[in-house]
Amino acid sequence: MAEIQIKNVAKSFGAYQALNDINLTIADQEFMVLLGASGCGKSTLLRIIAGLETATSGEVWIGGRRIDHLSPKDRGIAMVFQNYAVFPHLTVFENIGFGLRMQKLPNDEVTRRVERVAGLMHIEMLLKRYSGELSGGQRQRVAVARALAMEPDVILMDEPLSNLDALLRMEMRAELKGVLAESKTTAIYVTHDQVEAMSMADRISVMHEGNIVQAASPIEVYRNPAAEFVASFIGNPPMNFLPANPQGGGKWSVAGQTWDGPATEKPLLQFAIRPEDMMQTEEGLTAIAKVVEPLGAHILVTCDVAGSQFRVILDSEMSVRPGQKLTLSPQPGRARWFDPETTLAVA
Amino acid sequence: MNPRILPYVLILPVTVFLCMFFLYPFVLVAQQAFSTETGFSLDNFREVVDYWRFPISLQNTLLLAAAVVPFQVGLALLMATMVNRMKRGRDMILYIWTIPLGISDLAAGIIWLAIFDQSGFLNSMMNGLGVIDQPVNLLSYQNPGMVFLAIALAEIWRATAIMLVILVAGIGLIPKEYYEAAEVFGASPWKRFSRITLPLLRPSLQTALVLRVILAFEIFAVVAALGGTLFPVLMGETYAYQFDLRNGGAAAAMALIILAISIGFTLIILRALRVPKGASI
Repeated sequence: MAEIQIKNVAKSFGAYQALNDINLTIADQEFMVLLGASGCGKSTLLRIIAGLETATSGEVWIGGRRIDHLSPKDRGIAMVFQNYAVFPHLTVFENIGFGLRMQKLPNDEVTRRVERVAGLMHIEMLLKRYSGELSGGQRQRVAVARALAMEPDVILMDEPLSNLDALLRMEMRAELKGVLAESKTTAIYVTHDQVEAMSMADRISVMHEGNIVQAASPIEVYRNPAAEFVASFIGNPPMNFLPANPQGGGKWSVAGQTWDGPATEKPLLQFAIRPEDMMQTEEGLTAIAKVVEPLGAHILVTCDVAGSQFRVILDSEMSVRPGQKLTLSPQPGRARWFDPETTLAVA
Repeated sequence: MNPRILPYVLILPVTVFLCMFFLYPFVLVAQQAFSTETGFSLDNFREVVDYWRFPISLQNTLLLAAAVVPFQVGLALLMATMVNRMKRGRDMILYIWTIPLGISDLAAGIIWLAIFDQSGFLNSMMNGLGVIDQPVNLLSYQNPGMVFLAIALAEIWRATAIMLVILVAGIGLIPKEYYEAAEVFGASPWKRFSRITLPLLRPSLQTALVLRVILAFEIFAVVAALGGTLFPVLMGETYAYQFDLRNGGAAAAMALIILAISIGFTLIILRALRVPKGASI
């Protein structure tokens, strides 16, 4: 069992507050992705869990044991670094076996484990090579194998795929997910790539300015963003926003249209909708198409709605030309509402 | 200008300079070493090698190098590691530690003579502490060990900084991520040094050692100041042939022998610390 609990962890570098009071529980064998833009504190949080950075305050527990005062090697973790950190002076074999050698395991045990994980990562034929003779993708495999060879409770990954080219990244994504599921370790994976986060995670923690804004399943994060930041960060393109004025009785006026919304006394809300959740209707928002981008199955139309930019994704069967007037309505149940004061979602 | 010949044009001046002032004199020295009035011969070499002071000066030079250089490597590594760990005052400490580099070897010898001399600091200090009743001549033929120690100390004081500078630069080239990875995978601070720093420092160690070993075989002024004729070394003998005995052929032969030893050790160091293909940072 390797449940991870992060309790009230904060970190400041001088006057700069990198993390504010982080609380997060990661279940045993869960694949948790920390997602956020650079500088949001996700790597700092990972490094605190790894023991490469000390939290200013707070506690970290792994498997019911408080570990924030222990050195990295005593925490039952292994890590995959962004630049791989594959030791250039050691062969692939010795790289994978590095941690095992440090534990002074007998030779045959080291060989057995190294060969097993090398097989898992499909790098058996590279064991005698040095890292200078490997491609980026192969180095990445060595770095992952080195972590797996430790048979850790928790595996930490700091943007492990960001240095690979797009095609390789897609391939490794699926492979890594499979290997980690099989190894039954708890995984924390840091990335700024939301596609990576969506496709790999059991749960995503969206981070922003040193806070976890939402920690939920990928679909939940996508469908029901807990805050405006999440709505504007997740999705490509992200959600559209329009100001909504109260009409009383849960009715809200959005760009001249009156729609059902939350029954709240707030003086102003933000109406939000995913581009693919708008449909063409007889009556609805008046949108002037500005740019039309064919995406294959769909077309992405950037429009102007009451002076704001508004993107919709429509079926590519439809022919839309720039300058054309569209009337659009949200698909039932897909509109989301945010309080501009707190930036949080309003139900 | 044709870009293919441009590089050669640019290095032409320095090539001409080296040929005129390095290669040409070297050929002359070699010619002088391998010839007597009768033409080509190895007589000069036979003469210097058969002289009774040759084995002792060779032995002294090698002993001194063997005692000083490994100690300097260790010390320079220690100092480089310390400097590298420093957050504040790093540059100042580095400058202070490299001050001896700016002092000529003869001056360094004289500074240490002022310490070990009969009327030197060491004597007055021991006298003041009551360890001795009257000043003693530490650097005499009765104290060969003391002479050796004084020379070794002066050399360590004077020439460790050159290795330090090279090693500090070399350590700076090792990415921090390797240390973090090693730490996460269970390497203690000592293991991180011995398993990460040392192997990745091989290119810098190579340079530092080659430079230092060559200088160790050329030791002259420090020995002249502290040991005089009590402690014959190869370079001292070369000087004596040239200026005291006016035997240019023998001096040239000695110079070539020192060169051969230096080349030999350089090759050994390059071989011992070579980095396998594909294994550099």
